[in-house]
Amino acid sequence: MTAAGPRVAVVDYGAGNLVSIEQALTAAGAVVHRAVTADEIGEPDLVVVPGVGAAAPAMDRLREGGFVEPLREWIAADRPFLGICLGLQLLFEGSDEDGAVTLGILPGRTVRLTGAPTLPHIGWNQVVRRRAHRAFDGIAPAADFYFVHSYVGAPARPGADDVILAETEHGSTFVSAVARGRLLGVQFHPERSGANGLRFVANVVAGAAGGAS
Amino acid sequence: MLTRRVIPCLDVADGRVVKGTNFVDLTDEGDPPELAERYAREGADEIVFLDISAAPEGRGTLLDIVERTARRAFVPLTVGGGVRSVEDMRDVLRAGADKVSLNTRAVADPDLVTRCAARFGSQAVVVAIDARRIAAPDPAIPSGFEVVVQGGRVPVGLDAISWGIRCVELGAGELLVTSIDRDGTRSGFDTDLLRAITSRVHVPVIASGGAAGPDDFVTAIRDGGVDAVLAASIFHRSEYSIAQVKAVMAAAGLPVRQVDQEAGR
Repeated sequence: MTAAGPRVAVVDYGAGNLVSIEQALTAAGAVVHRAVTADEIGEPDLVVVPGVGAAAPAMDRLREGGFVEPLREWIAADRPFLGICLGLQLLFEGSDEDGAVTLGILPGRTVRLTGAPTLPHIGWNQVVRRRAHRAFDGIAPAADFYFVHSYVGAPARPGADDVILAETEHGSTFVSAVARGRLLGVQFHPERSGANGLRFVANVVAGAAGGAS
Repeated sequence: MLTRRVIPCLDVADGRVVKGTNFVDLTDEGDPPELAERYAREGADEIVFLDISAAPEGRGTLLDIVERTARRAFVPLTVGGGVRSVEDMRDVLRAGADKVSLNTRAVADPDLVTRCAARFGSQAVVVAIDARRIAAPDPAIPSGFEVVVQGGRVPVGLDAISWGIRCVELGAGELLVTSIDRDGTRSGFDTDLLRAITSRVHVPVIASGGAAGPDDFVTAIRDGGVDAVLAASIFHRSEYSIAQVKAVMAAAGLPVRQVDQEAGR
């Protein structure tokens, strides 16, 4: 074991800003590389799928990069994974946004936020945990995180309570974080959520490097 | 509950943050990445970076400064100025922006809003609308507020409220509404303009132009109905800190994000 930090692969499928997540991971002590194709994922300690935007073009790009099966296998083997925003939504079976069939790793669908006073839901809102998780260690209950989205992943019932980690309210209550084994998905953007977000990213990196949580 | 955002604006010309009255007589206010980092630390909910020299001079956004700014501020970054195509928007997002603001180019090419939203999602597309009150009634401008472009210099004969509604139909996920009459004058936000737009659209609206102090932020939200308030010179010149503005907003009963609740503070 060298002094180098945990290795993190960030999946680059053309879905916007990667600078922020790389910077946040680096600040947490990780050694980060971008994977433009599945071969470039390598053998990291953590795989991160970031991204904003629509599901169908994102799935097209994941397929072009050969990512679909490797990501399914990575998560099926319960290896550390973090999906952010679209990277969370793609874990479900399909999206109402454009009818895309998505990865199908979590039962449920991506649906439009209902009852929202404004849409998209843009800004800082409270993330209320439903159970303890080390990713939130040292972060105040109901702390504010940054959101920018119109759609949300809705875990299928029954069984939803087993994956819901946190919820947030904007017109109605929606799932803002899920966790199952070493899979973690968040609708908010920790890389844009100030000190709380950096703490969250650091916790995830430390958890991935430290073996089973 | 979604908190109301306080957004410092960096008007950037030739790589420096500048500020002037009605977009003219610019003065140097500092280095963009340095100011962005300071504001993020002090509790800014977002940073808006407008390359105001890009459009008039006909060149692209200063991508390297955008990236240096994005790397130093762990809060959302919206970048405007010089985006003319989906490819320009892709480059700005890849440099570290979370949202892109379209202004003059959206008026000239409204379909650009739709193309950008289709590729990157509505939530990443902001349309900036610069508006001013017309001097005499004009049937083409029923609201009395006209759209002006190229940094507030050129009227285009569009009604600002109708244009705002159209932008949302085209795919804009947020509107940044600046009163050119108030910009840099420190006479408060034009709440008539803001209310006229917020009462007609469902997307978040950011108020801009005229902030003199914390009370103006409260008025823009309460009377103008906006989600977020943007200001430049009162922060650059340290007349008020972001924390002071938020304290006044909180005392007025508005939900705000308090930075001192954060980890490690």
